[in-house]
Amino acid sequence: MFDRRLVQNFDWMLLIITLLLVVSGLITLYSAARAGLEITQSFYFKQLMWYGFGFVIMIATCLISYKQLDQYAYSAYAVCIFLLVAVLLVGKMVAGSKRWLVFGPVSLQPSELAKVAVILVLARYYSRTASIKGMRLRDLVIPMLLIVVPFFLIVKQPDLGTAVMILLIAATLTVFIKIEKRAMIAIVSFGTFAIPVIWLLLKGYQKQRILTFLEPDRDPLGAGYHIIQSKIAIGSGMLSGKGFLKGTQNALSFLPEHHTDFIFSVLAEDWGFIGSATVLFTFLMFIVWSLNIAHGCRDPFGALLAVGITALIGWEVFINIGMVMGLIPVVGIPLPFISYGGSAILSMMLCMGILMNISMRKYQIE
Amino acid sequence: MTDAPLSNSFLKNQTPDSDWYNRRIIGLICFVIPGFVFLLLRLFYLQIIDGENFRRLSENNCIRLQSIDPPRGLITDRNGQLLVDNRPSYDLSIVVKDARPLETSLRYLSQYTRIPLELLWGEVEKSHNQPSFKPVLLKQDIERDVLAALEVKRFDLPGTVVDVRLRRLYVKSQSAAHVIGYVGEISSDELKSGKYAGYKRGDLIGKSGIEKSFENYLRGERGGHQIEVNVTGQLVRVLRTVDAVPGNNIFLSVDLNLQKKAEDLLSDVTGAIVAMDPATGHILAMASSPSYDPNMFVDGFSRDQWETLVRNPLYPLQNKAIQAEYPPASTYKIITAMAGLEEGVVDEKTTLICPGFYKFADREYRCWKKGGHGSVNVGRAIAESCDVFFYQVGLRLGVDRLASYAKATGLGAQTGIQLEQESIGLIPTAAWKKRRMGVAWQGGETLSVSIGQGYDLATPLQLATMISSIANGGTRVTPLVAMKIQNASGETIKEYFPEIKGYLPISPKNLDIIKKGLWEVVNGKSGTGRIANIAGIEISGKTGTAQVFSRKTDSENEARRSQHLKSHAWFVAYAPSVNSKIAVSVLVEHGEHGASAAGPIASELIRAYLSKNDK
Repeated sequence: MFDRRLVQNFDWMLLIITLLLVVSGLITLYSAARAGLEITQSFYFKQLMWYGFGFVIMIATCLISYKQLDQYAYSAYAVCIFLLVAVLLVGKMVAGSKRWLVFGPVSLQPSELAKVAVILVLARYYSRTASIKGMRLRDLVIPMLLIVVPFFLIVKQPDLGTAVMILLIAATLTVFIKIEKRAMIAIVSFGTFAIPVIWLLLKGYQKQRILTFLEPDRDPLGAGYHIIQSKIAIGSGMLSGKGFLKGTQNALSFLPEHHTDFIFSVLAEDWGFIGSATVLFTFLMFIVWSLNIAHGCRDPFGALLAVGITALIGWEVFINIGMVMGLIPVVGIPLPFISYGGSAILSMMLCMGILMNISMRKYQIE
Repeated sequence: MTDAPLSNSFLKNQTPDSDWYNRRIIGLICFVIPGFVFLLLRLFYLQIIDGENFRRLSENNCIRLQSIDPPRGLITDRNGQLLVDNRPSYDLSIVVKDARPLETSLRYLSQYTRIPLELLWGEVEKSHNQPSFKPVLLKQDIERDVLAALEVKRFDLPGTVVDVRLRRLYVKSQSAAHVIGYVGEISSDELKSGKYAGYKRGDLIGKSGIEKSFENYLRGERGGHQIEVNVTGQLVRVLRTVDAVPGNNIFLSVDLNLQKKAEDLLSDVTGAIVAMDPATGHILAMASSPSYDPNMFVDGFSRDQWETLVRNPLYPLQNKAIQAEYPPASTYKIITAMAGLEEGVVDEKTTLICPGFYKFADREYRCWKKGGHGSVNVGRAIAESCDVFFYQVGLRLGVDRLASYAKATGLGAQTGIQLEQESIGLIPTAAWKKRRMGVAWQGGETLSVSIGQGYDLATPLQLATMISSIANGGTRVTPLVAMKIQNASGETIKEYFPEIKGYLPISPKNLDIIKKGLWEVVNGKSGTGRIANIAGIEISGKTGTAQVFSRKTDSENEARRSQHLKSHAWFVAYAPSVNSKIAVSVLVEHGEHGASAAGPIASELIRAYLSKNDK
């Protein structure tokens, strides 16, 4: 049963990159948490605890072959949908949105797990239906249904950022598996037709919200202000940064959400271009490495899983860093491994477990 | 299990192999790399090319937000007479970071404002948790002379900020206080409730009355400045401004003159008055006595003032017109008559004998008139409020049939007026009693409820809507207190039109019988409400005397000695008797007799309204 090759093939590179990101995240969170109130100081220790738990999950995921996941994909998906419904019914209301399920001292954000579940079911479905010619429109009906359900449940919370992430991951996987030309034309033309219609159906304040989302400057007292402060924080880091714990924007609480969505600004202020470019480069290494894992995997399900996970992390990195630098609309998406948040850590470490699993078993093809 | 899809795909002979996947993976990398280069270039631009500029901006922490509170909407009566306004108030704050040295500044401020230095220090220490560039509020609403002194010494007081804030001004102080309500600072619970999205600590929100139920219309939208300040926190320039949008103005249906009249009439007693237009449901006046001055909530209470207000046994904060429940007493006979006539247990001509008491289950249930009314029909029974007649009608109907008519009239449920915390009253049924008390309904209790005693409870507003629907020919209208809403530039954005809730379950013929009886109450030779009869106006109505103490007990006479246990007085009326313009319901707590305590109040109010309208 036990295969020595599993240990021999352990993916040390992936572990090292992950650890690098986790450690730089903890250092930055320490800096971010020092500002402000005692509550934020406790974030640091909570994060440590979540990582401890996350590593256990990662190891556990390594132990069972990822091929088993194929069997449980739909059950995992069903559990996630159930949790998402539960959030809407009994979730905790924080700042106008219901995102958390509270279990005693622990609160869980099921939408984070839903991202992984969507990757699982799509990988399973596409691994069975893929064809060189590409997907036909009728092959895409089931994936669309699989995406739409969690998408709307998450929009309802409302958590637009995570909902958009689900769409992006699904779109990446679908384009990756190839869409037939006719289907592609149909989708694109439907989109160009539907968007103006939807726009007309929206109410005034909803349009306003979307416009602000696309152009933060329209809201100079809210999103626009946050972006200015974030840009000041990042820019003022200059080449070598103000030094660990020396960031002033962060310390004086000018930065909004500095421990979650805007944590990259804290990092860039403390460590400057040298530090932030290094972290950016580490993320790039991570993405290239996990695509390499997909490349090495000779089983379609495994390859699709690895691509899906890469898409999840790649998009989050791109959107989050793009947002804090004022390139992309302001949307609440955390920076993987760095931002504070237990549920995000759990789903990240789960993803790492799956990746390692695929990497370890690449020679194990029967 | 991996075999099945493979074989299936082999049929199509186009299953992608590993190489196919690998080519696509390499394609993906071609998208990833430019994406990261793009991020890196942006990072390079922000930190290296423009870094110097951002470093300077960050050193001063010079870009800040200053919020502009929107003026809250005004409230007027139906004729546009201002009831609630805003006035400027000057709030003194200090920015700890800019006040150098803090101690000197505070000492000066203490001297000018005559606030003890320790109190100022206390305020500063309370907020040691917040960033030092955020102003700490020292004193709200400073006096004009203090303001003048501060303006003169401005340069000796770095970091001192005086903000102009608008504060609520209840122009007519106590008048219509219960309808208008008051504003107060949002509580932590309200912030957490999720109902107040976009509010922050320190914001004022409507806490009761119209101020609360129309909060969304009144609040307006906050604006703000994005400003650049220098090292000492002084404004250098305004970068961006978003104007505040003022709240919307609300026109009440209340007529201020009539409202004041109603309050005058209640000035010496505890009780409530509701006057409404029976055709539209518009509330013309709603008074509850004793009242309070909502400005106290704006200016702040001393501990003593607050204690006096909440400990007052007469509950001045309660809007008795919609929140207090009383037995409807004989006013309920209108319902019993309606049910009796409609169900056919009596008709216009049925006469019953009243010897002054009714014997039921070995007990004597008394009529208010000791000698009895003799032989009475329904018209006379209403006019003279014969208890014995209605005991018998009630018994023939049974409690549940009677209750169904009361409910169809709107009793036992909220009227749906645009004010919060409306009571529902109580109309008992046999099932209700079983559920609530676990014991079966007793026949004797039917006697009590058929004359509006026992478990029966109603609010003055419920009885006002009941009598309105009698007056207007049987249409139930929802009472309205807000008529229309205008935005700050005077455009009407919402209007509340009369809303028909349903119809009384009564034929026109039977309604006429009842209306005739109600006319007799005031205008007949032996009507119980003759005291409300005034020259020149035909009033119809019904008296009611709600026992606080049950008549069964022997201690009744003893109880009468105490003001506390005296009966409540009701009078519900409408006028003119035909084509009615106004319907009123008057309750005087412990007024003893409906006719003498409440009747003159009702007729005086009606006279005031109709004579004004004649002009």
